[in-house]
Amino acid sequence: MSAEETWIVLGASSPIGRAFARRVAAQGAHIVLAGRDVEDLQRTAADLRIASAASVEAAAFDAMDFASHADAAARWAERPGRVNAILLFGMMPEQREIDADPRLLIDCVGVTYTGALSILHHLAPHIEARKTGMIIGVGSVAGDRGRIKNYVYGSAKAGLHTYLAGLRNRLARAGAHVLTVKLGFADTAMTWGAPGVFLVASPDAVARACLKAARARRNVCYIPSFWFPIMLIIRSIPEWIFKRLSI
Amino acid sequence: MTAADNNPKRAGVIPDLKGQQPMRWKNFELKPWGRVCRAPTTAARPERLSEIAPIVRENHSNGLSVYAAGRSYGDSALNSNGQNCLSERLDRILAFDERTGVVDVEPGVNFRKLMNVFLPKGWLVPVSPGTSFATIGGAVAHDVHGKNHEREGSFGQHVSELDLVTANGVSHRIGPQSRADWFRATCGGCGLTGVITRVEFKMRRVPSAFVEAKEQRLENLDGFFAAFEAAKGASYSIGWIDALARGAALGRGILETAEPAAEAGFVWRKKHAASVPVDFPAMALNALSVKAFNSFYIGRVPKSGRQRLRAYEDFFYPLDAIEQWNRIYGRRGFHQFQCVVPYREGEKAIRRLLETITASQSASPLTVLKRLGPGRAGYLSFPMEGYTLALDFPNRAATEALYRALAGVTLEHGGRIYLAKDALLSAEAMPPMYPELGEFQRVLEEIDPDARFQSDMSRRLHLRARA
Repeated sequence: MSAEETWIVLGASSPIGRAFARRVAAQGAHIVLAGRDVEDLQRTAADLRIASAASVEAAAFDAMDFASHADAAARWAERPGRVNAILLFGMMPEQREIDADPRLLIDCVGVTYTGALSILHHLAPHIEARKTGMIIGVGSVAGDRGRIKNYVYGSAKAGLHTYLAGLRNRLARAGAHVLTVKLGFADTAMTWGAPGVFLVASPDAVARACLKAARARRNVCYIPSFWFPIMLIIRSIPEWIFKRLSI
Repeated sequence: MTAADNNPKRAGVIPDLKGQQPMRWKNFELKPWGRVCRAPTTAARPERLSEIAPIVRENHSNGLSVYAAGRSYGDSALNSNGQNCLSERLDRILAFDERTGVVDVEPGVNFRKLMNVFLPKGWLVPVSPGTSFATIGGAVAHDVHGKNHEREGSFGQHVSELDLVTANGVSHRIGPQSRADWFRATCGGCGLTGVITRVEFKMRRVPSAFVEAKEQRLENLDGFFAAFEAAKGASYSIGWIDALARGAALGRGILETAEPAAEAGFVWRKKHAASVPVDFPAMALNALSVKAFNSFYIGRVPKSGRQRLRAYEDFFYPLDAIEQWNRIYGRRGFHQFQCVVPYREGEKAIRRLLETITASQSASPLTVLKRLGPGRAGYLSFPMEGYTLALDFPNRAATEALYRALAGVTLEHGGRIYLAKDALLSAEAMPPMYPELGEFQRVLEEIDPDARFQSDMSRRLHLRARA
C-alpha cells in the first residue's frame, strides 16, 4: 500500500469482514469495525492490533437505526488517509419463514436494502469531498433474478446493485470508485447447513478477491468468478420457462 | 491489554445473541488425521463467543463433542451420530502483554498463527506439538508436549488461566490455582469437561527465529540410549528410528538436539508447502519403499554428524511442509501408536517394542523416539518420566493385533498410550495406564452429571464412570 488509508468494514462480525479486515490491516490500513455486537468486534479489534499493529476502532452500528447513520458516517470519515468502505451486512431469512410471517420482510429489506443505502448515502458526500476513496458493495447472485426460493432477499440485493451502479456513476466524477460484488456461496453462517449449497468459497478467498477487484478498479464482478457463466445462463432463460422452474 | 479485559460480562455470564441468525446445524462426516475412524455427525460452527452457550444448552441426543483442527489421529474429537461443536472460527488473539509475554487467545487459534505473529517480535510458544495446524484448544485438551518436554513440561503447565463453558452453558474461569481440580480435568481431558473458550499462557523470549541443530547418526539402540543420556541438558531433542532395521542394527537412527541460536535474526524464509493431491494406492507404502526412504533419510546425515541453523518452523514442523501427508497411507488411513514407558523399564521395553515392530515389517517411515520428563498438567495427561516411541501403521488386517500387542508390552512395563493418537485401546487398559482416571471421573461427574459432553473415545474407553 502506498498512501495512508482507512477501511470501514460494515458488518465486521461476519467471517468475510474479519478476513477482509485482517488483509487490509496487514497492509497497514486503519480499520473501523462496524456492527451490532460490539463485544465481538472488540475481540476482532484486539486480534488485528496484536497481529498487525494497526489502529482499529470497534464501532456500534445498527443498519436499522437510520437516525444514527449521519453521525456515524461523519465520524468515520474523519479517519486518516483515504477513506474506503466495504459493505457486508445483510439479512437472509428463509423464504418460507417470510411467507409464514410477512413481518420478517420488513427486517430483511430494512437491513439488506434500506440500511445499506442509508449508511452508504451518508458516507458518499464525505468520499466525494475527498475526491478519492473506494466503496465495495457486496451484493449477491440472488439479486440477478427473482427465484421462488429467495426472492425477497434477492429483490433487496437487486435494488442494492442498482443503487451501487448509480453511486458509481456519481462518485466516478469525483475520482472515487464503487465496486459491485455479486457474491455466490461463501462458507459463512448464512450458508452453513443450508440445503442446496455447493462450491462454497472460504471467507478469506472472498476477501482476497474483493480486495483484488477493488484495487484493479473493476466495476462489477462475480465472486467466485465461475458464477458469471452460471448467472448468464440463469438470466437468459425466458420468463415463460423460468416461472415453471424451481432452481 | 484490551478493553474486553475490563468487561465484567466476560466471565460468568454469556451475553445474548446479537445481530446474528439462529445457529444452524449441518450433517456431514468428520474424519480425524488418521482417517480410519469416520463419524457421521451434526455440527455447529460458532463464529462468536456468544453462540457457544446456546449450542451447549441444545438437546443433544447422543452428546456433544468439540472438534478443532482435526489433527488428533483417533476418535477423541469424534461423536458418531451425535453432535459436534467446531471451534475453527474462534481464531482470535485477544490480548498480549509485551512486558511479560502473557498471551490470551480463543481456542481455534493455531500454532501457525502464533509463530507468524509473535516470532518476528522475538516471542515463541513455550511448548509446541509436531504440527503447527493444531489449535490451542486442542493443545490443552490433550495436554500436548514438544521436543523440549524434559525441560519445559507439557503445554498445560504453561497455562495460567482458561475459560470453560460447562454443560449448563455457564462460563467458568479456572486455572492451576482456582478450581484446580476442574483445571486438571480439563488439561488432557479430551474436551469432556466443556468448551474451552479462552486460554491464557506465557510465551518466551527467544534471541532469534532459529535453532542451532545438531544431528548425529546412531548405529543401534544402545548407541541411542547413550546419546540421549549425553544430551540430557539440551533444550530440544528428538530421535528418528528406522523401525525396519533388525538384529545388530535394531534402533539405528538419528538424534537431533537443538539450542536457540543467538543473533541469527527474525526473518526466515517460509517454505512453500507441497501437497499430496490424491490418496495414494494402498500398496505405495510397503517394506521396500519404506526401507529405501529410511536409508535415504539416515544417509542425509554424514557419519560424523552435522550442525546447521534451522528456522523454528522447519525444526518443529517438518511434516507441515507436505500438506495432507496423511493421504500417502491411502483411503483406508493409518493408526499412530504412541506410548511412553518409565526410565527404569525403558531400555528393555523399547527393545521389546522395536523387536515386535520390526518383526511385523509393516512400520511407517519416521518412527520417533524421545525422552520425556515428569511434567504433566492433568489427570489424563500423557507424559511420564521415560521414553516415548511413536510410529504409524497403515490400516491393514494385521494392524489391530499388532497395536494390541504393543499396547500389551507398554502396559507390562508400566507405560501408557497417548489418547490423542489412539483409536484402538480397550477400556480395561485405562485404569492401570491412567491411575488418576478415578479422580477425573469424579470431577466429570460434578461438572457434567448428565454426560452432555461425550465422544466416540469417551464411550470406547469408558472415560466416564457411568458409561
